[in-house]
Amino acid sequence: MSFFDAVFYLFAIITTLAATGVIIARNPVHAALFLVLAFCSAAGLWMLLEAEFLAITLVLVYVGAVMVLFLFVVMMLDINLVKLREGFWRWFPFGAGIAGLMVFEMVWVLGSRQTSESSKAVLHAANYSNTKELGRLLYTQYVYPFELAAVVLLVAMVAAIALTLRRRAGVKSQNVSEQVKVKKADRLRVVKMPSESRADGK
Amino acid sequence: MMEWLEPIQKMLGPAWLPIWTLLKIVVIVLPLMGAVAYLTLAERKVIGWMQIRIGPNRVGYFGLLQPLADGLKLLMKEIIVPSGANKFLFIIAPILTLMPALAVWAVVPFNAELVVANVNAGLLYVLAMASLGVYGVIIAGWASNSKYAFLGSLRSAAQIVSYEIAMGFALVTVLMAAQSLNLGDIVRGQQGTHGLLNWYFIPLFPMFVVYFISGVAETNRAPFDVAEGESEIVAGFHVEYSGMAFALFFLGEYANMILVSFLTSIMFLGGWLSPLPFLPDGILWMFIKVAFVLFLFLWFRATFPRYRYDQLMRLGWKVFIPVSLIWVVVVGVWMQTSYWLW
Repeated sequence: MSFFDAVFYLFAIITTLAATGVIIARNPVHAALFLVLAFCSAAGLWMLLEAEFLAITLVLVYVGAVMVLFLFVVMMLDINLVKLREGFWRWFPFGAGIAGLMVFEMVWVLGSRQTSESSKAVLHAANYSNTKELGRLLYTQYVYPFELAAVVLLVAMVAAIALTLRRRAGVKSQNVSEQVKVKKADRLRVVKMPSESRADGK
Repeated sequence: MMEWLEPIQKMLGPAWLPIWTLLKIVVIVLPLMGAVAYLTLAERKVIGWMQIRIGPNRVGYFGLLQPLADGLKLLMKEIIVPSGANKFLFIIAPILTLMPALAVWAVVPFNAELVVANVNAGLLYVLAMASLGVYGVIIAGWASNSKYAFLGSLRSAAQIVSYEIAMGFALVTVLMAAQSLNLGDIVRGQQGTHGLLNWYFIPLFPMFVVYFISGVAETNRAPFDVAEGESEIVAGFHVEYSGMAFALFFLGEYANMILVSFLTSIMFLGGWLSPLPFLPDGILWMFIKVAFVLFLFLWFRATFPRYRYDQLMRLGWKVFIPVSLIWVVVVGVWMQTSYWLW
């Protein structure tokens, strides 16, 4: 086993264990942290494939931004574990069936000879820049799908804000522009006073 | 350059690379820790002078041994874990704050040759590692099982996530100007015959300001230190920490300050390049620029009152993000014209 394989198996084992941890952890905060670990080790796997841009972006976007907001929400939830575990055995066969189906599909697709032959990683020279290649492809060959995806995301973002933005009556707020415009003369009065001699004449 | 090392390299064989890398890490981390220690002294001295005080002057000449005394004191103190805390996460949180702050140094170039890893996507790596620092704060606040700590960590998470966007866009303009993500190439892009007029802080001046202020906010420094906010939430996320665990948060904060200063110097102030064309380039210029930016950090702390939380959010979302978005377009258009001289 070469060094490359050893690193691959290390990251693969950590990813699998962390992913299992996401499902079996009782505490939702622990589950979210396991997911962070899974993302980090998946980024390591991508790095092995010389997909440095994707690997770093995975850490930057998912670990650095998405999971922070996830944790933010999960930490503030008041979760009743007993209620959450209610009906576990009732739904277990259903969930197990879906999981089994997914495993079967993945083995079927990834295990067949055609896909495994065509998906071998290509090794590149030392001066190969994954970022440059991706940028070139995204902005030439795939420019329309790329822009379309960006617009769809923008629409989703605007829709999410529009759906959650509620105007309630009687909310007190500050008028920031008014606060910013305030000058020293509006708030402060300097009073000049002549000095006085002490009452006891000293 | 390193011919004299070859016999050792042959002797060690395959073990050479890990040992050599470890040596390089030690050569960076040890001076960094020393710089962190003396930055705390510089901070207390500078703020003292600005407020017409003397600052520490009892331990050693001019208080020069004060950081060592502080370090020793923190090492001897007991680390108290609150009984309701999540023990594992409570202990691991300070480590999670410090590690990303150290990991970024792998791609920071000190001069044209001195860099541990000359990575092509260096700038992206810097951004990714900087965004990991927030986990230490969030986990510390949650694991302490205290409402002050929790409030501090929530504030910090919201603050860091919002300022990261403006920071990212500021970096986008830098990589547009340099046409590279490699930090070394970014400095080389600022090389020219006019000294400091070739540096990116001139065409990207609004981004220089946005980046530096976001950097101050990202490191939780005054006037953006609402995560600590001692007058509102005691000390924020690290209120339950003591001893060395507490010290690790501060090591991380100061290491991050030094890092932001290095990155500001590299991306906007020409890194190791000399400001005047007739003087030679060198690592000394880098340190002078870093010292200047660090002084700005201390100056800010001594001068400005703390931002209110809503003002902080307004500055991030309603001022910096629009400004940086507009400047990305401006730079894009500018670069297509013949007026782009950089």
